[in-house]
Amino acid sequence: MARKKSKMTLAAKNAVAGYLFILPFIIGFIMFLVIPLFQSLRMSVSEVTINPLAGGFTMDFVKFANFNEALNIDPQFKVLLIENLRTMILDLPATLIFSFFVALLLNQSFKGRGFVRAIFFMPVILSSGVIVGLEFNNALLKDMKDVIADTSNASSITTVLQDMLVAESSQAGDMFQYVFDLIDSVYDIAIRSGIQIIIFLSGLQTISVSMFEAAKIEGCTAWECFWKITLPMVSSLILVNIIYTIIDFFCRSDNEVMEYISQTMIGSLQYDLSAAMAWIYFVCCMAIIGIISLIISKKVYYYE
Amino acid sequence: MSKKNGKWQAFMERNRKSGGYLLRKKIFNFVYVICRAILIFGLCFLIVQPLLNKISLSFMEEKDLYDSTIVNIPRNFTTVGYKLTSQLMHYWKALGTTTYISLLVSVFQVAAATLVGYGFARYKFPLRNFWFFMVILVIIVPPQTIMAPLYLNFTYFNPLGIIKLVTGGKTLNLTNTMLPYMLLCLGCMGLKSGLYIYLIRQFFRNVPKDIEEAAYVDGCGKFKTFYRIMLPDAKPIITSCFLFAFVWQWTDKFYSRMFLRGYTLLSTELNGLSASLDDFVKGAGIAEKASQAYSGAIVATGTLMTIIPLLIIYVFAQKGFVESLSQSGIKM
Repeated sequence: MARKKSKMTLAAKNAVAGYLFILPFIIGFIMFLVIPLFQSLRMSVSEVTINPLAGGFTMDFVKFANFNEALNIDPQFKVLLIENLRTMILDLPATLIFSFFVALLLNQSFKGRGFVRAIFFMPVILSSGVIVGLEFNNALLKDMKDVIADTSNASSITTVLQDMLVAESSQAGDMFQYVFDLIDSVYDIAIRSGIQIIIFLSGLQTISVSMFEAAKIEGCTAWECFWKITLPMVSSLILVNIIYTIIDFFCRSDNEVMEYISQTMIGSLQYDLSAAMAWIYFVCCMAIIGIISLIISKKVYYYE
Repeated sequence: MSKKNGKWQAFMERNRKSGGYLLRKKIFNFVYVICRAILIFGLCFLIVQPLLNKISLSFMEEKDLYDSTIVNIPRNFTTVGYKLTSQLMHYWKALGTTTYISLLVSVFQVAAATLVGYGFARYKFPLRNFWFFMVILVIIVPPQTIMAPLYLNFTYFNPLGIIKLVTGGKTLNLTNTMLPYMLLCLGCMGLKSGLYIYLIRQFFRNVPKDIEEAAYVDGCGKFKTFYRIMLPDAKPIITSCFLFAFVWQWTDKFYSRMFLRGYTLLSTELNGLSASLDDFVKGAGIAEKASQAYSGAIVATGTLMTIIPLLIIYVFAQKGFVESLSQSGIKM
């Protein structure tokens, strides 16, 4: 045995060691991802009957009946799905711009920078999982806001501005409405962009200072520096952040579509239907990620 | 006074020589710093405000909630809300269980992720890129896609037909134990496991190879090199991943609801808090249902009580969260 081992080349030994190290992943991947994924694909095209007495469940092939039910018969799913994807696409640029802006801000040196960074990063820890869902339907905060607005009886500059701008011509009005919606949801965007800020920040810190110095000596203004140095140097991280934002969006616990899918499964025990819904959602998200990364990766400047 | 005057004169002299540029620059910088400070303060306030709001709500008496003249500072300071919430949430029991399970889960997850991440970073083996692409796939695939079959498989646990042979036609129901979830964590399929693998691999890739080679030359075995030489070096990233795993598991709802239903966890208790408050109010015969404002205040108290341990961890280990993550040099 020992002799046989010594005959192995170094590369082969390394290969064996490498596979031993990643063995937990391979086992877990096959057991808990590949097999369930295929099963879920099979479930989505069959009718699942739970049969506890026979010790398990059976699947009968029914073609695309489940997909049909999810998209055409189920009253809520399609509406939720479209609304959800729309929100995702609209929120994406806002999250990116906000996190990039904050990262630029936090990359400058000022007093108490560590403290401010800590605050911006806090939502990653505190607003995760169950807390996000609760935050969302916190009707009390809304009530209080209304009460304050009623009692103070003052109209702010933004509301007046909003009334003026949104009421204008239809297309420009829509654009302004989008901007105002974003301003209203700046809190949601802020608590969602913790990780993105860190990613951008780490990118900004890797840009060498000498590049900026050289540009400054050549007479580059800060504005030009931003467009010609900062943005290209972090452009590869934009793609990372886009993918992270999308994944984060559909893994978040207050995602209505996911909530609905879970309800279908745990609440009404329709395993087949929920599998079909999950697949539809998954494919939509994959398509969005694919299209966006195709577009972005052509314009990205990679560096090592 | 004269010294100050002298300074000012010298400044004006320099300003005159630069053709007004110096003064403009100074004023511009000053205005910029002020604007930035206001902006940063505003954004920080935006993030902290809900927390402060919850703190003030949690100390209010019920009648304070309906009084529109009370906005932030409670007039009737009380801790009744805390007592009621801890009773409704079974707080101490849930706290103990949550700590125990989060610790267990994060240790398993990070141990598995460290091994795998090290393997990916340091060894060349056939199909390495393929397997790494699979790690990315794990990050991308939402757990909801596979949860239905996963759940059924664990409800009727029967790997390769072994259990059926032993028990004679019966399958095991594992959904009331924590075994399925622990298996998932060990197999790198737990909550955000793929992300930890990615981060740890990124870290190990940036460690210089010389140390390792020196160890090999001195006759250190492969696994020994890993845990005697490389592991101590990787402490920051492992701590960071451990903290993330711990915190995310603490607040996780999805996996807890699926696999840990037999346990009193803070996240699930918090999720059902307003319902149990309704039951409590009904049982006490006060009203049919708790009012919306009161239930909101109690939920705020419960949220605070859930995140207080996390806040304490964050205050002490803030560097562990942020710094190592930005040092890992995330690149695609």
